[in-house]
Amino acid sequence: MDTALQHRTATEPTTAPAPWGRVRRSRHVADRALKIICTLFTILGAFFLGWILLMLIVEGIGGLSPAVFTETTPGPGSQGGGIANAIVGSLILTVLGIVVATPVGVLAGTYLAEYGKSSKLAEVIRFVNDILLAAPSILIGLFVYMLMVQPMGGYSGWAGGVALAIIAVPVIVRTTEDMLRLVPGSLREAGAALGAPMSTVIIKISWKAARAGMVTGVLLATARIAGETAPLLFTALNNNFWFNPNLMGGVANLPVMIYQFALSPYENWRELAWAGALIITMSILALSIVARLLLRKDKVR
Amino acid sequence: MSTIALNTSSAVGKAAAGNAEAPVRIAVRNLNFYYGDFRSLKDINLDFYDRQVTALIGPSGCGKSTLLRTFNRIYSLYPEQRADGEILLDGQNVLSSSIDVNELRARVGMVFQKPTPFPMSIYDNIAFGIKLYEKLPKSELDGRIEEALRKAALWDEAKDKLRQSGMSLSGGQQQRLCIARTIAQKPEVILLDEPTSALDPISTGKIEELIEQLRSEFTIVIVTHNMQQAARISQFTAFMYLGEVVEFGPTNKMFMNPAKKQTQDYITGRFG
Amino acid sequence: MVALSQERLVSSAAAPARRSPPPSFDRLFRLASLASALLVLIVLLGIIGSMIYGGLPAFREFGFGFITSSVWNVNEDQYGAWVAIVGTLTTALIALVIGVPLSLGIAIFLTQLCPPWLKRPVATTIELLAAVPSIIYGMWGLFVFAPLFANYVQIPVSNIVEGMPIIGTILYARTPSGVGILTAGIILAIMIIPFIASIARDILDQIPSVLRESAYGIGCTTWEVVRNVLLPQAGVSIIGAIMLGLGRALGETMAVTFVVGNANRLSGSLFDPGSTIASRIANEFNEAIGLQLNALMALGCILFLVTFTVLVLARLLVSRVKVG
Repeated sequence: MDTALQHRTATEPTTAPAPWGRVRRSRHVADRALKIICTLFTILGAFFLGWILLMLIVEGIGGLSPAVFTETTPGPGSQGGGIANAIVGSLILTVLGIVVATPVGVLAGTYLAEYGKSSKLAEVIRFVNDILLAAPSILIGLFVYMLMVQPMGGYSGWAGGVALAIIAVPVIVRTTEDMLRLVPGSLREAGAALGAPMSTVIIKISWKAARAGMVTGVLLATARIAGETAPLLFTALNNNFWFNPNLMGGVANLPVMIYQFALSPYENWRELAWAGALIITMSILALSIVARLLLRKDKVR
Repeated sequence: MSTIALNTSSAVGKAAAGNAEAPVRIAVRNLNFYYGDFRSLKDINLDFYDRQVTALIGPSGCGKSTLLRTFNRIYSLYPEQRADGEILLDGQNVLSSSIDVNELRARVGMVFQKPTPFPMSIYDNIAFGIKLYEKLPKSELDGRIEEALRKAALWDEAKDKLRQSGMSLSGGQQQRLCIARTIAQKPEVILLDEPTSALDPISTGKIEELIEQLRSEFTIVIVTHNMQQAARISQFTAFMYLGEVVEFGPTNKMFMNPAKKQTQDYITGRFG
Repeated sequence: MVALSQERLVSSAAAPARRSPPPSFDRLFRLASLASALLVLIVLLGIIGSMIYGGLPAFREFGFGFITSSVWNVNEDQYGAWVAIVGTLTTALIALVIGVPLSLGIAIFLTQLCPPWLKRPVATTIELLAAVPSIIYGMWGLFVFAPLFANYVQIPVSNIVEGMPIIGTILYARTPSGVGILTAGIILAIMIIPFIASIARDILDQIPSVLRESAYGIGCTTWEVVRNVLLPQAGVSIIGAIMLGLGRALGETMAVTFVVGNANRLSGSLFDPGSTIASRIANEFNEAIGLQLNALMALGCILFLVTFTVLVLARLLVSRVKVG
């Protein structure tokens, strides 16, 4: 009987239905405005990216030729030339940076997630790492200049690599820690319950479970340092030749080459700058997209 | 074997009766346990008999899992947790600082509430534990892995996909994989922390059968919140409440004729 | 009873002879992790130390006047940081004024308005803005944006405001070249969008959806939910995200160097060229010797202190949000 009564009231409301359109117009206007503005802003953000890419393609594609990949950068006033030395130099510096940064970053991230956890020291290091993550890269260039260029008596690829490594480390630390924290504690307990020492549990279980995310972190760090210019300005500098195999003296690299050539008075230099800009941007964007796809496909458990 | 059992209840009838003449494998003496400042175990004294299944029962938060986690000192992963008192494994205090905890954990295996397959193949999941302490030629390792899988009643289901990820198995299979991983190390004691609470009834039945078989080789301690399960598979039962052992004895006596009213109330479902 | 059955205490299943792995590796690994973590700390201390060490001669020479003086004369070895400091703060402020609404709009779009299938592509697009190297922004700013800005904004606006009080000074371009403080601010605004937007999005995502749903449940419009529920709930975290963007804007170098004009001149007009701390260091450091080098280091020191303060505040305000 109870239910029957409820049923009646539900289907036959005794009072007159509330009239529609009680909502004040201003509320609708504000709501509509918010939706339109937010959508417009998002489109604007995407539009900037599109515009920049379009500019690179329009300006850069004309400069691309086989010579770009085979010849070295031309001297002032000479014709033609390529950017082969800058491409190779950039690869070397980036690889150097990431090779130095990966073990340090992974181990430091591991310390924060597995050993330090919420200890005072870990909190301080986490804090400092977040600061470094956003610190102006030009200051890192100045630091490495004081640390290596001045004492070693000149610019070198090693100094450039170290500067890039310092920029990459905080990225790797952060992603490593975040990814390790996603590994369930029960897995670690299960490893420890088999009598595995802490290091074995971390290397064989935690790292393995978090590897997709950790690789993503390294890739993102690579993308981050590959286009860095400011710290290389005072460390690896640039030159127009094939660099010494021992990496002493200036080492040609794309970002600084682009900086110097883009602002130069020579037509062929500027063309090469655009070609270099197209190559480096597309490589970095591709790397970033691959990193993201990797994380999506193989999610951390 | 001095049997006290009176197999009147079907629930109690299935498991063999407790053998109080079996040697004591683990003796807990005056054990206290602390989470920070909170004392969660109070002066526990208990004996666990060789190759018998002992069930720890009691309402949530009574300390039964905490007690289990002291036997292999897994709690020491967390700096704010500590224990004092003695836990004698074959006469040796496992809480003493001179004990190598990793070796202790290889001797005292543990299976957790939720299946915890490692992110590697079924084969490697089992090889992982063996390789920690033994260097075996490939053929011998293969033999050990097969033996462990057979003992865990998983061989027939898993033999064709040993190279597949352990996570590709069903929940019940995963849990048996974890048991296989544990027994492959040839421990002396196996600790089971509510091993079936995340499983369906059929998988639970398989695990219970398995425990019954493993009893011939291992001393088993199981934490369970399912009283029928305790009655079905254990020879001894300890009832805990608020960090203390209220009653301990052969399972059939506990379930047929408990000495304390509190125990009676709990197993008849009046609280908990 | 126990004694009686002692002989039965045979270890079950013949326990294998266990060979514990050497504990030394375990200790070594722990030490290596700790050392790496400490290295992060040491690097930061090293940066502070090297800035102070390098800048000290300049601070000693000019004293507090280094900050307040607007002279930067290489020939006479007289240096003051005021123009660069003002330029840095002005460009960063412009970047915030333009960038923050855009970023929050994007974050709101992504969390509240975007259909699910579109979420990922849009989020990736916005995040890719952060992946574009800053030197590319510089080139875009100088070669594409500046000419358009000069023709369609600077010239018409200058014509309109010419002679007006105040606004006639702030928005008057003596030489409408397109580069200048305002252009740098606009480029910086675009560059900080992805940072602020992605953190703001994470913050909004973390707000429990029951809160949102209950607000909709009493008949709120999206605007009202955002204004009265989400933003107050996100509160200081959003300010932290903005501070993080500010930290980026203050230290950004290459893009600004391209478009700021690099003039050591204090001007009332936002259209006029100026310089920032970072752009001045980038421009002059490689040719600098002696006291000029020290003065540039001292500039770096000031930049470090400012960004450090901003980032510390940001970090305190943003409860840690996850990356990517």
